Amino acid sequence: MAQVKEYVGKVKPDWCPGCGDFAVLNALQRALAELDIAPHNVQIVSGIGCSSNLPGFIHAYGFHGLHGRALPVATGAKLGNHALTVIATGGDGDGYGIGVGHFIHTCRRNVDMTYIVMDNQIYGLTTGQASPTTEKDIRTKSTPEGTIETALNPIALALSSGATYVARGFSGDNLHLAQLMKGAIEHKGFALVDVFSPCVTYNKHNTYPWFRERVYKLEDERHDPSDFRLAIEKAFEWGARIPLGLFYKVERPTYEDQEPALRNGKPLVKQSLEQPDLASIMEDFI
Amino acid sequence: MTIQTATELTVWIGGAAGDGIASAGESLAKACSRSGYHVFAYNSYQSVIRGGHVCMHIRIGTRKVYTQGDTLDYLIALNQETFGRYSKRVSSGGAIFYNTDKFQATSAGLSKDVQLIGIPVMELVGNQLMQNTMLIGTLVQVSGLDASSIRQLIEERFSKKGEATIKTNLEAFDKGMEFAKSKLHDGGIRMAKGDGKRRPLAGGNPMVGFGALAAGCRFYSAYPMTPASSLLHWLVKYASQTGLLVKQCEDEISALNMAIGAAHVGARTMTGTSGGGFALMTEAIGEAGMTETPVVIVEAQRGGPSTGLPTKTEQGDLFQMLGASQGEFPKIILAPRTLQECYTTAIEAFNLAEKYQCPVIIITDLYLAERLETFEGVDITHIPIERGELISQATGNGYHRFLDTKSGISPRALPGTPGTVYTAATDEHDEDGIVISDVFSNPPMRAKMMAKRMRKVEGILQELTPPKIDGLQDADLTLIGWGSTYPVMLETMEALRQEGFRVNVLCLRALWPFPDKAVRQLLERCKMTLSVENNYTGQLVKLIRMETGVSIQHHLRKFDGEPFDPTQVIDPARHLLKTRPKESVIATAVSDEGLPADFSPIESPALGAEVARQH
Repeated sequence: MAQVKEYVGKVKPDWCPGCGDFAVLNALQRALAELDIAPHNVQIVSGIGCSSNLPGFIHAYGFHGLHGRALPVATGAKLGNHALTVIATGGDGDGYGIGVGHFIHTCRRNVDMTYIVMDNQIYGLTTGQASPTTEKDIRTKSTPEGTIETALNPIALALSSGATYVARGFSGDNLHLAQLMKGAIEHKGFALVDVFSPCVTYNKHNTYPWFRERVYKLEDERHDPSDFRLAIEKAFEWGARIPLGLFYKVERPTYEDQEPALRNGKPLVKQSLEQPDLASIMEDFI
Repeated sequence: MTIQTATELTVWIGGAAGDGIASAGESLAKACSRSGYHVFAYNSYQSVIRGGHVCMHIRIGTRKVYTQGDTLDYLIALNQETFGRYSKRVSSGGAIFYNTDKFQATSAGLSKDVQLIGIPVMELVGNQLMQNTMLIGTLVQVSGLDASSIRQLIEERFSKKGEATIKTNLEAFDKGMEFAKSKLHDGGIRMAKGDGKRRPLAGGNPMVGFGALAAGCRFYSAYPMTPASSLLHWLVKYASQTGLLVKQCEDEISALNMAIGAAHVGARTMTGTSGGGFALMTEAIGEAGMTETPVVIVEAQRGGPSTGLPTKTEQGDLFQMLGASQGEFPKIILAPRTLQECYTTAIEAFNLAEKYQCPVIIITDLYLAERLETFEGVDITHIPIERGELISQATGNGYHRFLDTKSGISPRALPGTPGTVYTAATDEHDEDGIVISDVFSNPPMRAKMMAKRMRKVEGILQELTPPKIDGLQDADLTLIGWGSTYPVMLETMEALRQEGFRVNVLCLRALWPFPDKAVRQLLERCKMTLSVENNYTGQLVKLIRMETGVSIQHHLRKFDGEPFDPTQVIDPARHLLKTRPKESVIATAVSDEGLPADFSPIESPALGAEVARQH
């Protein structure tokens, strides 16, 4: 097993003291160490947002790109070199707002990668506007009289879109979160780990105590993660009790497994650039 | 009536979308390219799968034909509308072929000696599906084109459908020929023999795709959009035999971001779209620029603005390319002018992208992308593959992904390499890739990194082939354009040379970074200049003035969705040469598609119930 410190980046995170994202970074480093994946074989991809700064704080290859576009970049990276462990990270605005179209399609594609969403139910970097997962009637900087829209349900959306590993963790329970991430990385297929990662600066509603009062672990209640109907039912549980843990997991062939160009098992980047068939293609023009 | 032997022949096949015109036209074009003729075919079609009006123009010559031309010798009219629109344009000695089961034609208003050849398809073969094959058979008999090539193509086309289908089609073709033999007067336009050389026939999209395959493109991502979709279709056809990964995406934003992801890990990647899709890609163009990721983007323009004219051509997106994405960063824009250049430019684009670690845009248009043209072959044996500064291990001093170098190019290590771990960020970053955007804001570092990236432009400019003038160096008139208008300008130059005028051509391929010094020097030698652009505002003219301070004198523009026909350039050019106006002239060309004056899409029978939009 590798040491957690091998995954510590050069830059110290600049998140607000108490931000849930510290725990997510820590859990990810722990999961990678436990799985003993060398940092140079890990590609982390993110978009824009407080949480999307994560690639800068971890020792691994990183791509810190546009707002909402982490998943297509990550998909391209995985298809380009499927020998890499590809992990996309970001926030609820990035993944469920501006990038939600990519989220749905990435779920149904089942590329073998992990998507960690630090869901704080607010736009933190832009100083506190409503996000897609902000609960109804919550007052934010952009909704002074309360949000009008219904909150998006990431777990239900992932399930209905075909994700093959769907889990939810909580920054208040680092070890549990690391185990969910470990399972996600090990899982062959698209894995979502949605994380309640409280914003201590702009979300005064969904706080650590608010979550602690409500969350419970699915595994403590003998939840069967192979039961899709049950997973859907649990996905909609919200209010007095909110489930954490693995909602659903199923083995399904990955995109890479079925892609004709990858049939020989060799990553695209390892394949020769020489094209032996040009003469026969030319013949088709005649 | 006498027999004229022609060195050039133009055939139009027109009818409703769904009549199999593209397929019949392609077969005819291919048969001609195989039997020693030069061919140029352009399909003027509409954005409907069934019902709209389609007309394929096929120009056949014993010498190089540059464009679709603007004469009409033989018209195959598959419906009344086609007959109504074009019959009066058929030249003397020509003929109109039609199926008498479909409509009755009268010779009123036709040119002298135009034969009306009505074929009773049901009576002769008892199967309306054989209409196109029969009509082509009749055409071949009358025109003297090579029957054996067509027969061979019929066998190839229907080989998957079995012997019975081949036999039925061959019989229909032969019956068409026999019908012409038995019924017709001697006379008409007969094509001179070709040189016997089998020439390749292709369009711009396949040639860009072919170049990409030759260059070792390993990943192509795209969202369907006319007229770039045929590039997707062509590439996917060769995917399994070449090992290319083709990914259809949920939108163009995803298409370019996926290409960037695959390029970041080291695959040679390309994406293709048209103007609207490119607009969605815009933000990611800057992403490639800032993260210094090599990626090739093909933009096949169509008529704009907005969804505009989905199946029509235009050169309206140059300024969209130039302005694509916020901020300043090196990018390369190349506008191939011919089929061969589509191939060579694609190869060059991959090399430039990797050498200069920046996005390269190949800008074509529907006219270039979707036409069919014979060409004399391309070099498939000596393909330069230059991957630039790619390193496989860290050197002694540690690794700095965005190292500030003299050339601005920083050695690139690919994810998976031990000892060179870094993050590529779209936020401003230092030489190690560490973000310096807000909390770690660092003005001197920002200035240094900006200058590092922009320094690459000098190297790119030195590497791009400088523009040159075609034809006489001291002409009286220089035609100026970019990309797909090159052939019509060459044809104009040649036609006017035969009339004794001195015309040359300056057609730009490399558009950005703009070769300002070279273009200024060339323009300073020009006596009179005429810009030829398929747009409203003269975008190249503006770019030239912006970059060189030189104003082009006269302007010819076309923004009706159709390409320039040769006379639409020849006539105004001749007029300028004769009159030498002092004041700047801006002329506009519009194609006459033979629509009745009271044409209304609501009442048009062509736009029937079965209309499926193609976007």
